[in-house]
Amino acid sequence: MIEVRHINKSFDDKQILHDISATFYDGKTNLIIGQSGSGKTVLMKSIVGLVTPEEGEILYDGRDIMKMNLRDRKMIRKEIGMLFQGSALFDSETVLGNVMFPLKMFSDMTPAEQLERAHFCIERVNLKGADDKYPSEISGGMQKRVAIARAIALNPKYLFCDEPNSGLDPKTSILIDELLSDITREYNITTIINTHDMNSVLGIGENIIFVNKGHNGWTGTKDDIFDSDNQALNDFVFATDLFQRVKQYVKSTRAK
Amino acid sequence: MIIQSSLKSFGNYCIFIGRVFTLPDRWREFFRRYVNEIVKLGIDSIPLVIVISIFIGAVCTIQMYLNTSSPLMPRYAVGLATREIILLEFSSSILCLILAGKVGSNIASEIGTMRVTEQIDALEIMGVNSANFLVLPKVMAMVTFINVLVIFSMFTSLWGGYMVCAVTGLVPVSTYVYGIQTQFISWYVWYALIKSLFFAFVVSSVASYFGYYVKGGALEVGKASTNSVVTSSIVILLLDVILTNLMLQ
Repeated sequence: MIEVRHINKSFDDKQILHDISATFYDGKTNLIIGQSGSGKTVLMKSIVGLVTPEEGEILYDGRDIMKMNLRDRKMIRKEIGMLFQGSALFDSETVLGNVMFPLKMFSDMTPAEQLERAHFCIERVNLKGADDKYPSEISGGMQKRVAIARAIALNPKYLFCDEPNSGLDPKTSILIDELLSDITREYNITTIINTHDMNSVLGIGENIIFVNKGHNGWTGTKDDIFDSDNQALNDFVFATDLFQRVKQYVKSTRAK
Repeated sequence: MIIQSSLKSFGNYCIFIGRVFTLPDRWREFFRRYVNEIVKLGIDSIPLVIVISIFIGAVCTIQMYLNTSSPLMPRYAVGLATREIILLEFSSSILCLILAGKVGSNIASEIGTMRVTEQIDALEIMGVNSANFLVLPKVMAMVTFINVLVIFSMFTSLWGGYMVCAVTGLVPVSTYVYGIQTQFISWYVWYALIKSLFFAFVVSSVASYFGYYVKGGALEVGKASTNSVVTSSIVILLLDVILTNLMLQ
């Protein structure tokens, strides 16, 4: 479980995060949603430790990352997997090389064990047969799956995903969402997904934090979202005509 | 203002170098990358070094012939002067300026692209010291391989002069060979090799620094690449003056 308490962060004179508190649970897909520029990426980068907030606490199962020294921070990063918006695969390595990378750097496994683990992760994301391909030779959806395989290679306790569906078609997006959801439950990972894809919100949103202008605007689940009176949330989630109709349909079905 | 920003950049560069020169997390991975960098930055530069050196050696010989066409100057002076130019300046300083363009821009754009595509962030998230992991093998490869390139350049430049003499007959070949052997000072070779070590460090580390701190997109990667070439060229020329003053006086 990751707890964020009273986080404040500014860049130059502009305050981006205002006293944000939130809890992210084990075995659940925790979503951070919000408009572009609302501060959700800064919040995620603060939690991961790529950005240092001015105030607040970030607790990884009770361990405050902001009070850790460099050595402890390095240790906790071995418990973290991260999926970047652009996949961030190493261009010079093959699919297998990318998945093997964290194992080579941080595990005490023998080369044979590393290979076995890497193959297991590649098969887990349904990418069998792509071992020797380079990132530039595979599609965006496949790159995302390789990035997921790399992120789970070391059996992380915490998995961070920054807009995992960006640039993908709706069908592939659903596959990636399902994969993330399955992995989260299977290995009891605390998964935090930064997204503004409404299909993801309504599909896998087990714990949703809505960031609005740097504040925690709303917290709930995908089912609560239809009953919320929060104007900012409704304007954001049900911005399109299609989603407004979906909301009306769900509400009318529930009334019956 | 310029002095202040230069000092700030120099301070950041020193901090960056401090991060680069730490012990690698995995020695096996370091050596694998080190060998790859020797191939990419060093061995792949040999054809360019050979081509440029042959032509510069040939041109130097022609220039020396034209500028020493006096009955008071012995003909072997052509070989002697060509050798001194090659050993003292071309095969160390000028060669490293050329490498600042080829290798420097390659390093800056590679690391810069890794920065803008979040590959460096991915390394940091995993707990890898990205500066050490990416830059140390490049710096070590350049510093250890530069002398091979310099020696290649010395031989091929002199051979370029030899070919000009053989083909055009400006100077008899035997006279040219006598010229490049006469009054030989072996310290000049050491001087060139020592200078090149400093230049190789500058080329690889300055280019890495500019690439590592790129912010933005493809346009900024291009700018970083250009800035790295300009800055390392200026630093090489400045160091050339200082080292020549220290080592040849």
